[in-house]
Amino acid sequence: MESEMKKSMVAKEASGMGKKEQGIMEDVNLVNLGFMDARIKAIDIAAFLDRVQRAGQEGDYRVVELRKALACLLEGEHGRAERVLLSLSDPTLEPIPAAPGKGAAGAWLNPGN
Amino acid sequence: MRYIEPHAHMVSRTTDDYEKLVTAGCKAVCEPAFWAGFDRGSVEGFRDYYMQLTVYEPARAAKFGLPHYSWICLNPKEAEDLSLAKDVLEIIPEFLDKPNVLGVGEIGLNKNSKNELEVLERHIEIAADRDELILVHTPHLEDKLKGTKLIVDALLNNPKVRPERVIIDHVEEHTVRLAKEKGFWVGMTLYPESKCTPARAVDMLELYGMDRIWMNCACDWGISDPLAVPKAVVEMRKRGHAQDVIDKVVYQNPYEFMSQSPKFKLGIEYE
Repeated sequence: MESEMKKSMVAKEASGMGKKEQGIMEDVNLVNLGFMDARIKAIDIAAFLDRVQRAGQEGDYRVVELRKALACLLEGEHGRAERVLLSLSDPTLEPIPAAPGKGAAGAWLNPGN
Repeated sequence: MRYIEPHAHMVSRTTDDYEKLVTAGCKAVCEPAFWAGFDRGSVEGFRDYYMQLTVYEPARAAKFGLPHYSWICLNPKEAEDLSLAKDVLEIIPEFLDKPNVLGVGEIGLNKNSKNELEVLERHIEIAADRDELILVHTPHLEDKLKGTKLIVDALLNNPKVRPERVIIDHVEEHTVRLAKEKGFWVGMTLYPESKCTPARAVDMLELYGMDRIWMNCACDWGISDPLAVPKAVVEMRKRGHAQDVIDKVVYQNPYEFMSQSPKFKLGIEYE
């Protein structure tokens, strides 16, 4: 996980790139473009957490892991999307003995927990 | 606008979707072999599917004047049965010789199991021995990071593999550098509920550059959007990206990668 965090530093450096280097026109207001979408997603997440709490399901490991991942949103450094993904990922390196099924759950269940 | 859809599972789409793709400016569609939603029971089931990819689906696309190309493999979701996988691997070379087949794909991992890895390594051997292009599927969600690392290692462990002839697909923010820094091409898959949204894909283009990268819809029988790439183009336009930059990402890049196969040819009007 440490190396992932180091890689995240590269993205952090990228945040220092000028708009021109990133290929963006100087006069585009990205807040205008994305704020309403981000706002509704934030409210949706809040409502989801309330809903599962009302149902007594906030202890589901996926909800627990999601809440841990959400902490990344409040950090000041660039690279939040990457850190959210890393937070929800299986950090191990060895292939597993056999596939338990086809699907993925969206959050890693640590077998040690 | 012109674009190439480099990853779409058209066998699971209606004919209406061909009309939509062409209307939106699609100049070629490329279809990797994938999981049908159920495990096929015999090698003959795979043979029928490969016939669909190499004969019947190109004919369906041709009704709309749309060139259709395929990739052939056994999907990692069906790699747990090693005995069946071995039999399927034996028939793959005959389909790699078909005129619309660009290479081996989409190979990779799903749950990162030992059997999946063994079948992946065998696919890589077949592709490397024949100097075929390779299209790689990386796992879903929590399995993607680990799977991408295992896949990159497996590819680099084969000395015959040339990274510039491999595309590692479905990258996200936590895997894009892992693949790109090793010299591979990378693909970003635009899905409504998982993988990557158009806005995030454009973020990655801005952060990691417009070279050796493409976007695809990977539309299949699940929740997916055959017009996801044109919608990402709208996002690029909103952000002020120039038309020549957009054309590079959605047309010239997939053209450059797939033209490494002499079979990939578009009409002169597209050149």
